[in-house]
Amino acid sequence: MKYFASVKKSFKLKNYINYILVGAILLCTTVLQYTGLLRRSNANLLTQIAFSIILAVSLNLVVGFLGELSLGHAGFMCVGAYLGCYIANMLHAVIPSKLVVLILSMIIGGLIAAVFGFIIGLPALRLKGDYLAIVTLAFGEIVRTIFKNLPAFGGPLGLNTTKYGTSLFIPALIMVLITLIAAQNLVHSKHGRAITATRDNEIAAKAMGINVTYYKLFVFVIAAFFAGIAGVIYGHYATPVLYSFFSYNYSIEILVMVVLGGMGSITGSILAATFITYINFVLQTNLSGDLAALKYLIYAIILIVFIIFNNAPALAPIRDKMDIGKLLRRKKAGSDPSNIHGDDADWHRIPTKIRMDELLSLDVTPDPYKPVAPDKNKSKKEEK
Amino acid sequence: MSTIIDGLSLGAIYALIALGYTMVYGIAKMLNFAHGDIIMVGSYVIFSVFAFGGHPIIAIASSVVVCTLLGVLIEKVAYKPLRGASPLAVLITAIGVSYLLQSIAQLIFGAKSQPVNMGSFDVLNIAGIDINVSTIITLAVGAVIMAALTLFVKFTRTGRAMLAVSEDRAAAQLMGVNVNRIIMITFAIGSALAACASVFYLMQIPSTSPTLGSMPGIKAFTAAVIGGIGSIPGAMIGGILLGVIEKIALSIPALNPYTTAIEFSLLILILLIKPIGLLGKKRREKV
Amino acid sequence: MAEYILETRGLGISFGGLKAAQDVNLKIRPGQLYGLIGPNGAGKTTIFNLLTGVYRPTTGSFLLDGEDLTGLKQEAINHKGIARTFQNIRLFNNMSVIRNVLVGLHNQPEYKCSPFSSMFRLPRHFETEQKMRDRAKELLRIFDLEEERNNLSCNLPYGKQRKLEIARALATNPKLLLLDEPAAGMNPHETEELMRTIRYLRDNFGVTILLIEHDLKFVTGLCDEVTVLNFGTVLAQGQVTEALNDPEVIKAYIGG
Repeated sequence: MKYFASVKKSFKLKNYINYILVGAILLCTTVLQYTGLLRRSNANLLTQIAFSIILAVSLNLVVGFLGELSLGHAGFMCVGAYLGCYIANMLHAVIPSKLVVLILSMIIGGLIAAVFGFIIGLPALRLKGDYLAIVTLAFGEIVRTIFKNLPAFGGPLGLNTTKYGTSLFIPALIMVLITLIAAQNLVHSKHGRAITATRDNEIAAKAMGINVTYYKLFVFVIAAFFAGIAGVIYGHYATPVLYSFFSYNYSIEILVMVVLGGMGSITGSILAATFITYINFVLQTNLSGDLAALKYLIYAIILIVFIIFNNAPALAPIRDKMDIGKLLRRKKAGSDPSNIHGDDADWHRIPTKIRMDELLSLDVTPDPYKPVAPDKNKSKKEEK
Repeated sequence: MSTIIDGLSLGAIYALIALGYTMVYGIAKMLNFAHGDIIMVGSYVIFSVFAFGGHPIIAIASSVVVCTLLGVLIEKVAYKPLRGASPLAVLITAIGVSYLLQSIAQLIFGAKSQPVNMGSFDVLNIAGIDINVSTIITLAVGAVIMAALTLFVKFTRTGRAMLAVSEDRAAAQLMGVNVNRIIMITFAIGSALAACASVFYLMQIPSTSPTLGSMPGIKAFTAAVIGGIGSIPGAMIGGILLGVIEKIALSIPALNPYTTAIEFSLLILILLIKPIGLLGKKRREKV
Repeated sequence: MAEYILETRGLGISFGGLKAAQDVNLKIRPGQLYGLIGPNGAGKTTIFNLLTGVYRPTTGSFLLDGEDLTGLKQEAINHKGIARTFQNIRLFNNMSVIRNVLVGLHNQPEYKCSPFSSMFRLPRHFETEQKMRDRAKELLRIFDLEEERNNLSCNLPYGKQRKLEIARALATNPKLLLLDEPAAGMNPHETEELMRTIRYLRDNFGVTILLIEHDLKFVTGLCDEVTVLNFGTVLAQGQVTEALNDPEVIKAYIGG
């Protein structure tokens, strides 16, 4: 009873909109499916949307909330897809129920991807910013190359998997719900605060006793876990699982979803993932040959325009005027627009914190307030 | 032995691209993801000039001019508004620019690779080893460019201003260095180097496609990191090392399919053992 | 409890050839208000950075309550009981005031809650959140910040930001609190209030306070003992009036 009281106390409609959104879609489509009104192509689209949302939300945890750029998200997905489906193929021989096999393979695929996230994250998170980006990119390419050349996984021909057909989208959408619950609750908790604190001011966070390395690794592993699950869903949707799908381009596509939806906004990621997957779906059937480049042109424009608009220092006044959240608050509270209700941080206002200067002097303690050591060259330069 | 010579020549190309990365990284403090795609643009300029029957010299010159202007334009439009914004934003924009160039090239020229013949080169036999003249040209010109760049940074006013900006942008500004101009010049030089790299690339692989630049670009960045980012000799050594390793791996049948994986593993390994790269220490005193 | 809450033994660090601090011996008894003063660049903040693990000392060691903490990581030192504020305020600017304090409470054993409980909203999550929030409000009340608890911390006036930083540091439940120029930028009224608050903290939280301050009136009015630093070395140590009247100290401050 007490439990429900505390749930009720912390209830905020805002935080439940995402569940309601996905839940409603799940309910409607399931009904349509069982009444036989859902077309095959639409069921496929729904599956695609489902794993895209999982990917976008999990990447958003790393890019938006932790503030580190990972360009290897497709790599984790690749690990999940290949290994999860490989295990599913073995399980099919033992377990008759297809659903049970699917669930088991999702968990196993996710866990294996998480292990990879740990292995790559442990050393890589010592690095910062661009270096981390390039290491994750390298990881994605390495994984892909290895799977391409392993005969056990079908080599260049890909790994054959059991087709689940049109009903795959139901477990996939349920998985989306679980992902959302985990991600949102994590963000709105003491751990979420620690992650934001790390991103907002790493030095202060350390001084407050926050184990920065632990949280970075934690977010990285969680994101890899969900990417692995998305991979397993993909693997059961598209057979054979082909290494070429998990290229750097696909990692960027996920990044485009995150940027378009707004870094640090989970609702945004859901909408953007849905939108981009839908656009892709439509373009795929209508655009062929060289016109397919239009898709990437659109991605490029989204990345450039959105990032410049959201980050350029010169555009700050315009952004302030157009900040919907702030406008709403001004209307509601009537007084202080800077007043945040509850204790939610204004996620999207938080600057991303990669410090390039620290990066360039990796051998020195990264510390902006260190006393300047006497530099013989410097005085020479200043004479000039 | 001929594998190593091939590696040296490929390495020289990587080194040239890596120089562009290193300079931009050291001075503008950003990873210019679009750098590799400028090479691609350079190769298409050469392709276009050839298509109109132009002389190779004209083709090379116009490639350098177009790339330089493009580099400056990209800096002005995409990166300059973000000066002072978070580096993550700059990095993502750079990825966007890279995609923009690729997709525009594909819309204009198509995804198919197009042949670009830079002319045929003789094979010389020096001390019992067959060496293609193009390899010699690549190595020689590469060495000259690198030497010229080192001298430029060391002994000209602009070069020293570059050093100052890379060391401490704010302090350099206070000392009267026009930081925006220096960054612009850096992009111009980096892009001109990319155009040179495209010429050498075409001399070895006589065809171009919209994605020509992306892999060499990423590998050259790997080279720059291996050598120690920000260090000019580091970029050279890293580039040549990577080129030789790639050719050796390609020549061993068991390793051949894993070449890319080997190169990237090397990158990860180096970053973990010595995150500043091979010559990173020296850079701290220099650039 | 050891005789000294903080004891440094020949603590020193050099950057390249520059000795930013050398052979610093501090002995601070529990419950003291201890001042660290000296001209600009004397190495005061460097000492703080050494004591909080931002730098590793090149020589010497330091003990908190008899336990050697030399070489521990920043977060570990904070867990052991040293908290600090920063000379140039380092709040989590884009979080509300109360969230800043909640981050400070993060590591207290009584607010333990696994990420798993949080992710799936187990009862434990609500329990800890409630307890943390109550405690944070209590701390904010002491610093007269309860009203502003939902404001963004970067929108607070300067003096209140300083106070919030102290509240946040106090939330980590330290044995020793390091305050780096707590009164900088405050008006005389605020300074006076701050002096009262610091005494209150010492008396009610059982915390020992080591502070850096330029305002000598503040130091003489508040501290029991001081250490005067110049060029990284100790010039004088002891009772405030004695130390300040030391001819070496006068020379360092006035020049000559």
